[in-house]
Amino acid sequence: MIDTPSTPLTGPQGPKPRKSFSRRNIFLYGTLLTIALFYALPLYVMFVTSLKGMPEIRLGNVFSPPLEVTFEPWVKAWSEACTGLTCNGLSTGFWNSVQITIPSVILSIIIASVNGYALSNWKFKGADAFFTILIFGAFIPYQVMLYPIVIMLREIGLYGSLGGLVLVHTVFGMPILTLLFRNYFTSLPEELFKAARVDGAGFWRIYTQVMVPMSLPIFTVAVILQVTGIWNDFLFGVVYTSPDNYPMTVSLNNIVNSTQGVKEYNVNMAATILTGLVPLSIYFVSGRLFVRGIAAGAVKG
Amino acid sequence: MASTRPNQLFRNKSAKIAAIPMIVTALFVFVGGTIWTVVYSFTKSGLLPRLKWVGLDQYERLWATRKWLVSIENLAIYGLCMLVLVFVIGFILAALIDQKIRFEDTIRTVILYPYALSFVVTGLVWQWILNPDFGVQNVVRGWGWESFTFDPLYNADIAIYGVLIAGLWQGSGLVMVLMLAGLRGIDQDVWKASRVDGIPAWKAYIFIIIPMMRPVFVTTLVIVVTGIVKIYDLIVAQTGGGPGIATEVPAKYVYDMMFQANNLGQGFAASTMMLVTVALIVIPWAILEFGGSKRHD
Repeated sequence: MIDTPSTPLTGPQGPKPRKSFSRRNIFLYGTLLTIALFYALPLYVMFVTSLKGMPEIRLGNVFSPPLEVTFEPWVKAWSEACTGLTCNGLSTGFWNSVQITIPSVILSIIIASVNGYALSNWKFKGADAFFTILIFGAFIPYQVMLYPIVIMLREIGLYGSLGGLVLVHTVFGMPILTLLFRNYFTSLPEELFKAARVDGAGFWRIYTQVMVPMSLPIFTVAVILQVTGIWNDFLFGVVYTSPDNYPMTVSLNNIVNSTQGVKEYNVNMAATILTGLVPLSIYFVSGRLFVRGIAAGAVKG
Repeated sequence: MASTRPNQLFRNKSAKIAAIPMIVTALFVFVGGTIWTVVYSFTKSGLLPRLKWVGLDQYERLWATRKWLVSIENLAIYGLCMLVLVFVIGFILAALIDQKIRFEDTIRTVILYPYALSFVVTGLVWQWILNPDFGVQNVVRGWGWESFTFDPLYNADIAIYGVLIAGLWQGSGLVMVLMLAGLRGIDQDVWKASRVDGIPAWKAYIFIIIPMMRPVFVTTLVIVVTGIVKIYDLIVAQTGGGPGIATEVPAKYVYDMMFQANNLGQGFAASTMMLVTVALIVIPWAILEFGGSKRHD
């Protein structure tokens, strides 16, 4: 693709028109198609496996489409699959996850947005020091803080409960969300804040009536980030809740990797899809905002 | 931009009250929790934490435990392969997508969706695909290649590479997106200039574009490495650490010691080692990134 360095800036401008069936295009699209197929394959395998009956699975291969579509594995995964001795399926885990995710997302976003607001508009002495600690905290392996938090939760009587897990998610969501909101609020024109000050509005009034209404996009990004992150969590769920309160990822793992009984691969795959459904739907619906959410993780403060 | 915001407003009480959760998190959980764990790693804590000092005993025992050594070796193999491959794949994908292609959004969506899934889901899907009786091995044998063997999850020697496949599938989309953002940030004039000079595209990437993308690479590196050190759920779901102890990793060692073997001291020592590993990477990065120049944002 070397353009001959002929007389510059004369003649037709813009890139050289390309034939759509050039060798380069066939190579490019061929490669991309192959790669896309590789990435899509597991999702496809999950779906076809979950729609087959066990006899068909034993005979066939994982990639073949189901000859006889059955939704029984889905029903079974949802309400009958066993973890050890209890056979309530994933439904309990699902509702636990809902009960964990909703308050965690709301609480963590409220706290982090107020933090970000305080850090950008109401900076007090030492605020940046705490913020720096917070950001470095994001890099500390969770394993280091696992047990001290067990003790803290036990002290306040929340160990093993959903409330305790909500607190844990709020704490560990704080670094990235605070960074996200701080960066966003500092990018807003300062005049707005000053004008509100002149009009006599205080800390909370400016927050609720000026900042929040202006920041809906960043709140959406934060919600996407948190819902997928908290829904997908496994470690905190298994450490800080009791078996009755296990989130969906933990019950999924217990169902699939339970050693008792005959392995029902179709039920396992149905359960796996069911667990992945919430973050996947969010991902496919939100599109670019999801990308913005993860890119926010890469933005340095 | 951290210039002085209205400093005459000294009624900063509300801001301080509002920042209490952040202060508590930073001081008590992050700093306090870390110090607590490090301190207790020098004690003889078993079922419960006790302040009975034993010096470096826990560490000596840790480094004499086969399971820990295997964990470290696995993390090193997984980490190195993951690091190299995730960057190579991520960058190549980004470079391909950056060729002003059609259906860019569709392709990006397909490559990134695994990143939205949890490690548990990832692990379980790949456990199924790599199942020798029904998965890839069986399919290839069905095509007539009867001796074809591909059973990474059942062969202790290569089991960690089975996990690696799943990890790459899940994580390469993230690197692709970050790299793509970096490539889009490169001025088009750079490309024009290199074309005028007759530099082939691959050379331009290696010698011009990649050096220009240094900040993106560094940030991505930090994200990827901290993610690698934390790897836990993927192992639990995909292999449970098996076959035998072939796919154990440090994070799982910590969990097993703390919550199953009632050997807190070992758990604390192992997690302190994880902390040291991360610190060795993050601190030089932070100094390089934030230490030198004061100009930021």
